[in-house]
Amino acid sequence: MELDLVELSRLQFAMTAMYHFLFVPLTLGLSVIVAIMETVYVMTNRPIWRQMTKFWATLFGINFVLGVATGITMEFQFGMNWSYYSHYVGDIFGAPLAVEGLMAFFLEATFVGLMFFGWDKLSNVGHLIVTWLVAIGSNFSALWILIANGWMQNPVGAEFNPLSMRMEMTSFFDVVFNEVAQAKFVHTVSAGYVTASVFVLGVSAWYLLKGRHLELARRSIAVAASFGLMAALSVVILGDESGYSATHSQKMKLAAIEGMWHTEVAPASFTLVGFPDDLARETHYAIHIPAVMGLIGTRSLTKEIPGIAELVENAEARIRTGVIAYDALMKIQALKGAPIPEALQAQFEAHSADLGFAFLLKRYVDDPRDATEHQIALASNDTVPTVWPLFWAFRIMVALGFGFIGTMLYFFYRASFRKMEFPRPALRLAVFMIPAPWIAAELGWFVAEFGRQPWTVDGILPTALSASHLSIADLLITLAGFMIFYSILFVIEMSLMIKYIRKGPYMDVEETNAWTAQHTARLSSADITPAE
Amino acid sequence: MILHELIDIEILRVIWWALLGVLLIGFALTDGFDLGVGALLPFVGKTDVERRIVINTIGPVWEGNQVWFILGGGAIFAAWPPLYAVSFSGFYLAMFVVLAALILRPVGFKYRSKRDSAAWRSGWDWALFVGGAVPALIFGVAVGNVLQGVPFHLTDNLMPMYDGSFYGKFLGLLNPFALLAGVVSLSMLLMHGAAWLSLKAEDPVKGRALRIGTVAGIVAFVSYALAGVWLAFGIDGYAFAKEAVTDGPANPLYSDVIKGGSWLAAYSARPWITIAPVMGFVGIALAVLGLRAGREVSTLLWSKLGITGIISSVGLTMFPFILPSSKDPNSSLTVWDSSSSHQTLFVMLVMTLIFMPLILAYTAWVYKVLWGKVTEADVTENSHSVY
Repeated sequence: MELDLVELSRLQFAMTAMYHFLFVPLTLGLSVIVAIMETVYVMTNRPIWRQMTKFWATLFGINFVLGVATGITMEFQFGMNWSYYSHYVGDIFGAPLAVEGLMAFFLEATFVGLMFFGWDKLSNVGHLIVTWLVAIGSNFSALWILIANGWMQNPVGAEFNPLSMRMEMTSFFDVVFNEVAQAKFVHTVSAGYVTASVFVLGVSAWYLLKGRHLELARRSIAVAASFGLMAALSVVILGDESGYSATHSQKMKLAAIEGMWHTEVAPASFTLVGFPDDLARETHYAIHIPAVMGLIGTRSLTKEIPGIAELVENAEARIRTGVIAYDALMKIQALKGAPIPEALQAQFEAHSADLGFAFLLKRYVDDPRDATEHQIALASNDTVPTVWPLFWAFRIMVALGFGFIGTMLYFFYRASFRKMEFPRPALRLAVFMIPAPWIAAELGWFVAEFGRQPWTVDGILPTALSASHLSIADLLITLAGFMIFYSILFVIEMSLMIKYIRKGPYMDVEETNAWTAQHTARLSSADITPAE
Repeated sequence: MILHELIDIEILRVIWWALLGVLLIGFALTDGFDLGVGALLPFVGKTDVERRIVINTIGPVWEGNQVWFILGGGAIFAAWPPLYAVSFSGFYLAMFVVLAALILRPVGFKYRSKRDSAAWRSGWDWALFVGGAVPALIFGVAVGNVLQGVPFHLTDNLMPMYDGSFYGKFLGLLNPFALLAGVVSLSMLLMHGAAWLSLKAEDPVKGRALRIGTVAGIVAFVSYALAGVWLAFGIDGYAFAKEAVTDGPANPLYSDVIKGGSWLAAYSARPWITIAPVMGFVGIALAVLGLRAGREVSTLLWSKLGITGIISSVGLTMFPFILPSSKDPNSSLTVWDSSSSHQTLFVMLVMTLIFMPLILAYTAWVYKVLWGKVTEADVTENSHSVY
C-alpha cells in the first residue's frame, strides 16, 4: 500500500482521539459519582462515605491525569496536521474550543488540585463544593467540544467569505444551539456516566466476590446502579434523538449506517442484521423489521428516508452547482481584493452552498472546472462512506447499550428490593463487563466520524483537502512516537489502576470501627449469596 | 446579530493582539514557575523527601496553571486561525517534542508517588526535568525563529506550504539567534521557578534554589541584552511596503510586505514601548538581588515584572507583525490580515470579559487557601494524599 499523507494524518488523528477517549468517559462519570458520594458524606457525616469518596477519587485521579495529558495532543493536532481545516473553519470551530478553556478547563483544573490537597484545608462543605466544581468543569468541557464536533456534522450559523477564503460565523447562537450538538452532548455525557457506573459496579463486584471491603462495595453498587440506570436510559434515548436529527442533517451517514441502498416506500423497514456488500451495493441475508426505520428516522409513517443511490444523484447535482460557485470564486480571487462586480457576486452567492462539492473533484483534477463526466461520477460516488464497518459498529454499540440498561436494572432491583444480596454469577458478569462501555463509546465515535467521510465538515470541506502539507517522514516520526509513547503510558496507567484497586480503600481504622460498632450487622455480613 | 458593530474591527484586532500577549504572559507567570521548578527538581532536591517537597510546592496548582497554555492555543485558533494553522504545522516536529514533554509532566506529577521503588521515582524525576526544561527552551527558540521570519508561503487559496528539506526545516530552527532566545526563556523560567521555591520551601531546598536562581537570573539578564544587540545589528525586520488596510478582509495576500530595515525602528516610531525592555531589565535585576538576599514575596513579584517586560518587548517590537514569512514576505501574518471575523472576535471578547474575572478570582482564592510553606512534615505525614 502506498503511504498517503491524508490517510496517515487520519490514522494519527483517529488513534490519538480514540486513545484520549479511553480516559474521558471515566472522568466525566466518575467525577459525578465521587461528588454524589461526598454529598452523602456531608449530609450524613458517616465516615464510610468519606472513605468511599477518597477511594474512588484516587482511581479518578489516576485516570484524570491521562485524560488531561492526551487532551493537549488533541488541541495541538488541528493546527499541526489539519492546517487547511484550521484556516478554513477556525473562525467558527476555534470559538467553542477557546470557550472550553475559559469556562471548563480552568474550572476543573484549578479545583482538581484542591480536591486532592484540600481535605485538611477546607471545611466539609467547602471541599464538597470544590468536588462538584471539578465535576461540573469536566462536563462543561464535554459540552463545548461537542458543540465544536456538532458543527462538523451539521455546519449551521456560518457562510463562506470569498475574500478571506474561509467559512465565517454568522450566528454564534445557532452554533451553540445546533440540535446535533445538543443531542450529542447529552448522549456522550450519559455514555460517560454509564462507563463510570459499570466501572464502579465491576470493581465493587470484584470486592464482594473476594469478600473484601463489603461496606464500601455494597454502597458503591447502590450508587452505581441507580446512577447507571438513569444514564443508560438517557444514552439510548439521546442516541435516538441523534438519529432523528441525522435524518435532516446527515442523510448519507444515516443511510450508510442502515445499509439503505435505495429509497424505500415510507415507512422504511429497519435492517436488524445482514451483510452489507459495498461493491454490489446491496445487503445480503438481511433481516428486516417493517416500518421501524421510518418511525425512528422521521417520526412519521409517510415521510421517506432517502437511500444511498438517490443521495449519490443529489451529490452529482450539487457538484455541478459547486463548479459554478468555484468558477465565480476564482474570478473573485483574480481581482486581488478589488471591488467585486455585482453580477459576479450574485453568481457566487447563488451557488456558494455547494462550493464544498466542487472541492471533491480536487482529488481527480487540479481545476474542478476541467472535470470530465467520468470524474464527476467518481466524485459523486466518493460521498458514500464504506458501509459495512458503519453498519456493524452501530449495531454492536446499540446492543451493548441495551445490555447496560438490563445490567443496571438488575443490580438496581437487587440493591433496592433484595437487601443488597447479589448472586455470584451476576457479580462475575459485572466484573467481565468492565471493558464493555469503552468498546461501545469507541464504536460510537467511529460511527460518528467515519460516517462523516469524505468530509471533515459535512458538505463544506473534504477531508482530502484539510490536511497539512507535511512530508511523509514527518508523519511517520510522530505516528511512531505517539504509538510508543502512548503504549508505555497505557501500561503504566493500567498497572497503577490495578495496583490501587487491589490495595483497596485506605481505611482510617478508628473512624470506621466507631461507625460499625453502632450499625446493624447486615451490611457487614460476609455472606453475599441470597439466603434461600 | 449586529451587536458586534459596536466595536470597530481594527480595535477588536488590537484588543485580541493584546489578549494574545496577556495569555502568553499569564502562561509564563503561572505555569512558567512550574516549568522552572520541574527543570530545577533534580538539582535542588537531593533526597526523596526533598524532591517530594519540591513537587508538592506546585502539586495543587500546576494543573490550573497549564490551562493558560491550553487556553492560549484555543485563543489563537479562535482569534487568529491563520496563525494557528501556519505555526502549529510549520513547527511540526518541534511542536511534537513540546507535546511529548508536556504530556510527561502531568503524568510524572501524579504517578511518581504511587510506587515506592527508588528507580521508579528517579525515572519520573528526570521525566519532570525534561517536561520542564524542554518546553522552556523550545518556546524561546520558537520566538527567536519568529523574529527572523519563518520559511512558509500561502497559496492563492491560503493553504500554508513550507519550504526547505525535511531536516533543514527541523534543524534549521536551531540556528544561533534562536538558541540564544531559547537561553533567555530557559534561564528566565529557571529564575522564576527558583523564586517560587524560595517562597514555598525551607532550607536546604530553599538555599539551593536561591543559589541556582541567582546564576540563572544573571544569565537571563546578559542573554536578553545580547539578543537585543543582535536584533539591532544582525537581524532584518519586516515592514509594509505601502500603508496597510487595517479593517479589510483577513487575507494576508492583500498586503505588500518587504524584508529589510530593523525591527528596532519601532522604538523610534513608538518611543513609549521602551518601557517594555526597561521593565525586563529592572525586574530581572531586582529579582537577582532579591534571590541573593533571600527575600521571598518581593522576589517573585520582581521576577514576574521582568518576564512580563521581556515577553511584551517581543510583541511590541514586532507590531503589527505576528508571524513574518522569510520566503515570501507578502504571506506574512499581521494583526490587520490574519484575525477572525468581526463577529467571532466580538463574541470571544464578550466571553473573555465574562469568564476571565471569574477565573482570576477563583485562582486567587485557591492560592490563598494553599498559602504557606510546604514542610517536611507535610509530605511525610500525608503520604496518601500528597504527591
